[in-house]
Amino acid sequence: MRLLEYQGKELFARAGIPVPPGRVAATVDEAVEIMRANPAPSVVKAQVLIGGRGKAGGIKFCSNADDVREPAQAILGMRIANAQNPDGEVTKRIWIEQRLDIAKEMYLSITVDRASKRPIVIASAIGGMDIEEVAHKNPEAIVKQTIDPSTGYWPYIGRRIAKEAGMPPAVLSQFSSILGKLYDLFFSSGAMLLEINPLAITKDGKLVASDAKVEIDDNGLGRHPEFEAWKTTVEDDPLKARAVAAGLGENNYVGLSGNVGIIGNGAGLVMATLDAVTASGGTPANFLDVGGGAKADLMRDAVNIVTANPNVRSVFINIFGGITRGDEVAKGLVAALDGGAWSKDKLVIRLTGTNEREGRAVLHEHGIAAVETMAEGAKLAVALAGT
Amino acid sequence: MSIYLDTNSVVLVQGITGREGLYHANRMRAYGTKVAGGVTPGKGGQSVDDFPVFDTVREAKSATRATTSIIFVPPPFAADAILESADAGIGLIVCITEGIPIHDMLKAVAALPKGVRLIGPNCPGLVSPGQSLVGIMPGHVFSSGEVGMVSRSGTLTYEIVDQLTRAGIGQSTCIGIGGDPIIGTVFTDTLRAFERDERTTCVVLVGEIGGSDEEDAAALIARGEFSKPVVAFIGGRSAPEGKRMGHAGAIVSGSSGTAQAKVDAFMKLGVPVAESPAQIPDLVRSVLAQPARR
Repeated sequence: MRLLEYQGKELFARAGIPVPPGRVAATVDEAVEIMRANPAPSVVKAQVLIGGRGKAGGIKFCSNADDVREPAQAILGMRIANAQNPDGEVTKRIWIEQRLDIAKEMYLSITVDRASKRPIVIASAIGGMDIEEVAHKNPEAIVKQTIDPSTGYWPYIGRRIAKEAGMPPAVLSQFSSILGKLYDLFFSSGAMLLEINPLAITKDGKLVASDAKVEIDDNGLGRHPEFEAWKTTVEDDPLKARAVAAGLGENNYVGLSGNVGIIGNGAGLVMATLDAVTASGGTPANFLDVGGGAKADLMRDAVNIVTANPNVRSVFINIFGGITRGDEVAKGLVAALDGGAWSKDKLVIRLTGTNEREGRAVLHEHGIAAVETMAEGAKLAVALAGT
Repeated sequence: MSIYLDTNSVVLVQGITGREGLYHANRMRAYGTKVAGGVTPGKGGQSVDDFPVFDTVREAKSATRATTSIIFVPPPFAADAILESADAGIGLIVCITEGIPIHDMLKAVAALPKGVRLIGPNCPGLVSPGQSLVGIMPGHVFSSGEVGMVSRSGTLTYEIVDQLTRAGIGQSTCIGIGGDPIIGTVFTDTLRAFERDERTTCVVLVGEIGGSDEEDAAALIARGEFSKPVVAFIGGRSAPEGKRMGHAGAIVSGSSGTAQAKVDAFMKLGVPVAESPAQIPDLVRSVLAQPARR
């Protein structure tokens, strides 16, 4: 679960990490009210999870109750998109915060390092831009330090990181204190990522978290009821919501931009299926993993969810019969598909594994195209999507 | 022989009175695995389907001399179950549970004593065909032979193994290391073990997007620490950035964890990377036909 900037800043503030004073608004009137109470040079920022809001015009300035109207009006309801996500995200809230007098922008984050199996601190005296860009242009400007959870964080670790990252010596202690609070927050909130970019040094020498990017581990949310209230504001994909309602996990359905619907059992097999469709010149409309031992009901739900996407022109179902026998899978599929709204002519099924011949025979009897290999199925599904 | 698991392995099932735990305890026993019993706190002294149940792993181990445990307990309690087994002196711990909080795994991995092997979590387990199966894999698709297999995926592994078996290519040990970001055993661990295993002549490595475990495996091969032929497959070539593809660990973050980087890391060393799973049996045949590299 990713948090919006204002939620992340609230989390930071509660942990004692300095953030600029600000308030969130959902309407122009609320924005006017905020500026009437606190007229000061301020920034109006679109609260969206998608990157690139600045370039899209989602960050504007104001200084009083009158001149906040125009930027608030412009940003609320604005659809912000980027190259990875052309559909974009509609701005439902704005965050209005006092402008900082910034002398320097730096970078600080904590995330999970898979290779060392430890939390890792990433810091740089260069901030305010994508850290990947810094890593590309200026790799020596980035310091990475894993922390052994059994010894924990000590202030000297922060001072050393700050020094090695080339931060001004005057901020070493402040930095070390902020990193300590961030480290504690990382564990206490069950975070996957806490990122401050930029970590600003103001002209009067204070460190302030000028932005907040937070991702909480979905698997840990059960222990953190405090995030429940923030859940409604995160990205809402109605098809993903239906997949979750059908009993699937958060990661089992991923919406994509193509026109070949994809269903399979097992994440690795579904990924390989997406790759096969792409290799055949097609574009997958989704990733849907029904998991192990899927019953007929779930297969029906899966087909209904995938075909509810208006872009979908054909569907490729790729099933490996392991513990379940292929003929049983086929019978389940037939039961799930009979009487459904989706045309069987646009459906390709590849069934392999235990009792695959018997399974294919059942499918053929019911007029469902069953193919033998993944490559063959992918080609056929791509061809059907194009006609 | 095989790695990690053989006919001498004696297995406990943590969570044996649960639906999944009992179902797979029976399946493993039917395969020929020595399943000595199980653990469910508060249900010690009972027996289910002729499996004795114990309250603690410590008691179960002293009564059964178990060497191995397999964990089916729910996510919030799974890290505790891992450390309970380690504390009791179990040497091989296989955690099937999916959805364990990542912070639990950070702490559990840091606390795991040296010499204890954890496989998973969020994995299908492992099998040394004809000897023992500890996991949820469909036993009948495997056949005994000389190809080692290690994979981050479950179903895709079964599918590839099924094709190997049909092509007459048997396996020494097949391991599903799991789809989570933090897992106990990684590719490099298994390659080192396969290197020492005299029976294994070649390894099929099935990776996917996310992390750098595949690149680390390639670096191990480049350093000469794994000298047997390898055939690789990488899933997720078409996956978009920033989306978790089914597995919690299968995510491309910015420019890291891409399929292309992993494919390149292997290709650079002359390790063949299959474009599709169906090519794997032929690639295995061809690498086995080539003279040894060193």
